[in-house]
Amino acid sequence: MVHGMEWTIKELFVYPNEFIYWSIQIVMYPYMTGLVAGAFVLSSLYHVFGQKDLRGIARFSLVFSLALLPTAMMPLQMHLLQPFRGLNVMFTPHFTSAIAAFGIVFSTYAMIVLSEIWFVYRKFFVDQSHALKGKQGFANVLKYFTYTVLTLGAFDTSDRAIAIDKKGVKILAGIGIPVACFLHGYAGFIFGSVKANALWMSPLMPVIFIMSAVVSGIALCMLTYIIIMEWKKFRAKLAKGRGDESVKELGGVEIDVITKTSRYLLGFLIAAISLELLDLIFRGYTAMKSWDILRDVMFDTDFTKIFILQYGFGNLIPFILLLIPKPSIKRMVVALILVLYGVFMMRWNVVIGGQAFSLSFEGFMHYDLPIIPHNLETYKEGLFGALTVIVTPFVLFWGINKLVPSLRDA
Amino acid sequence: MSTSRRKFLKTAVAGCAVASLPLTAFKTLSPAEAKASIGNDKVRWVFLVDIQKCVGCGFCVKACKSENEIPYNVPVTRTWVERYVITKDGKSHIDTPHGGRDGYTDPTIREQDINPDDITKAFFLPKLCNQCQNPACVQVCPVGATYQTLDGVVLVDKKWCIGCGYCVMACPYGARFFHPVDKVADKCTFCYHRINKGLKSACVQACSFGARLMGNLKDPDDPVTHTIMTQRVGILKDEYGTKPQVYYIGLDERVR
Ligand code: SF4
Ligand code: SF4
Repeated sequence: MVHGMEWTIKELFVYPNEFIYWSIQIVMYPYMTGLVAGAFVLSSLYHVFGQKDLRGIARFSLVFSLALLPTAMMPLQMHLLQPFRGLNVMFTPHFTSAIAAFGIVFSTYAMIVLSEIWFVYRKFFVDQSHALKGKQGFANVLKYFTYTVLTLGAFDTSDRAIAIDKKGVKILAGIGIPVACFLHGYAGFIFGSVKANALWMSPLMPVIFIMSAVVSGIALCMLTYIIIMEWKKFRAKLAKGRGDESVKELGGVEIDVITKTSRYLLGFLIAAISLELLDLIFRGYTAMKSWDILRDVMFDTDFTKIFILQYGFGNLIPFILLLIPKPSIKRMVVALILVLYGVFMMRWNVVIGGQAFSLSFEGFMHYDLPIIPHNLETYKEGLFGALTVIVTPFVLFWGINKLVPSLRDA
Repeated sequence: MSTSRRKFLKTAVAGCAVASLPLTAFKTLSPAEAKASIGNDKVRWVFLVDIQKCVGCGFCVKACKSENEIPYNVPVTRTWVERYVITKDGKSHIDTPHGGRDGYTDPTIREQDINPDDITKAFFLPKLCNQCQNPACVQVCPVGATYQTLDGVVLVDKKWCIGCGYCVMACPYGARFFHPVDKVADKCTFCYHRINKGLKSACVQACSFGARLMGNLKDPDDPVTHTIMTQRVGILKDEYGTKPQVYYIGLDERVR
């Protein structure tokens, strides 16, 4: 069976070799990369620009971006037809290719995130290591060893050393912002530079990708933060009763952090939408040869996906929800889920939409997402493959959070 | 303690530098660069299609499939023949069932019967990889598994291709696909294994009507070169800047 045949439906004239070769995993790839980049940018806003109001969410989003990191790689790996050769990219990077440097950019970024987390948590590691020293029990010994190794031998917790740590964090966060943007702008470049594809080819693509990345990253961090805080509140309620001070306090902190973060979300959302609309208007106005088929795709076959689901539900409604004064957690949750959905739809409409028409401009292709997998390929390139990618960062976060509690002083 | 940390940081940086060394070392071994030195730089293989002569029998498609081991019953193919029927209302009716493998014996196009009196012009159009001078597919391959030989033919290293599909996406002509058995990128090679031995490519050999020819553009005495130099020939989609090297006699503006 030819790759792509199982989920491609052709209409009118399409070249014989054309199929939807880049399917759901390639939708997931920029989506997950975007979440990573966005989460990091959010945490850096606090560390670099001293946006005090983001303090509560900054640590959390830093650790979360670490959990998201491997999942940016995952969809790419899953989509390769020769997954075991994936490492070839590191051995023989062919630098005229926009994908070739991915490994390098990605590892640079990973190193920055890891070292930043180390600087943020070094004192904590040292404290833990001291506290656990000499304690009995297998778990304690194991923990002791883990934390001691994590200190990397730097046990100094004098004020001077802590000040250096802080400076380290600041510098790394500073370098991290351009690298995170580059990482994602680069994902945009992978698409934007495919000259054969009329929908993708646009110099705006990298910028559009960066903006929507930050939007999705912030939204996911906020949402996860709310879920965790609600859980905390719920537990406090169980333990101490509904009207307890600590419950009220948690709720107060939560709404405060969320309201403040949502302002940044709004800003980036506006930037993202304006760029996307600019791109659309420009294409219509210049009306190059490809415009006829693009118009058919946008205003006919994909109209619901683009204008109703992406712009309507994904952008307009959450935009209004975020703007209404006196925010409530419930409304925020709805808005955030919609924002995340909107960005996902944007990725979908770019990746799948870009393959919705034939290179001949005389026909269309439809992607029929495989739901129930009946072989490895339909699993990887189907709904469950995508769900695997979505679930992974949360599992990882749960694990990492055991070692580096990112919510403690939030 | 802070000195030991400084030392640690230094070691870490040095370690990273050492770790990244092999990467730069490997770069010189890039298959694209290594393999690109194969071939004969006195030769530039080109293809010439005389559209006026093509009758749409599909023998070339069949010959190609068996010569290059592309499974017969899958829709992908290294070369294919399109049918164009232009009617009085100005519409193009285009199709290529099975890449034209079985020839065009049925006058219906996509279940549509076209009244012969409405037809203003009709022709068949063979297509294959254009072995571009400036190939988009080679540019985008992240591992250098797709490369260009000195005599201008673009090839895929089947043992090194990771199956990312970037080249498939980048080719404006839809020349590429994933081989259904090998699971790597595949496309027409001008029958590189044959032309290097002085044989004709499978499709050229199979075409009894002389619609397909191959030659060496660097040899002024080559009849194909002579035709390209002296007659009015066209190429496909030159707006992409790939500089395709498959030339067509009698190309029509309707061709997509
Ligand atoms: S026609 Fe396509 S596959 Fe062939 S060389 Fe040109 S870009 Fe590459
Ligand atoms: S599918 Fe293979 S030949 Fe094509 S770009 Fe990817 S690695 Fe290169």
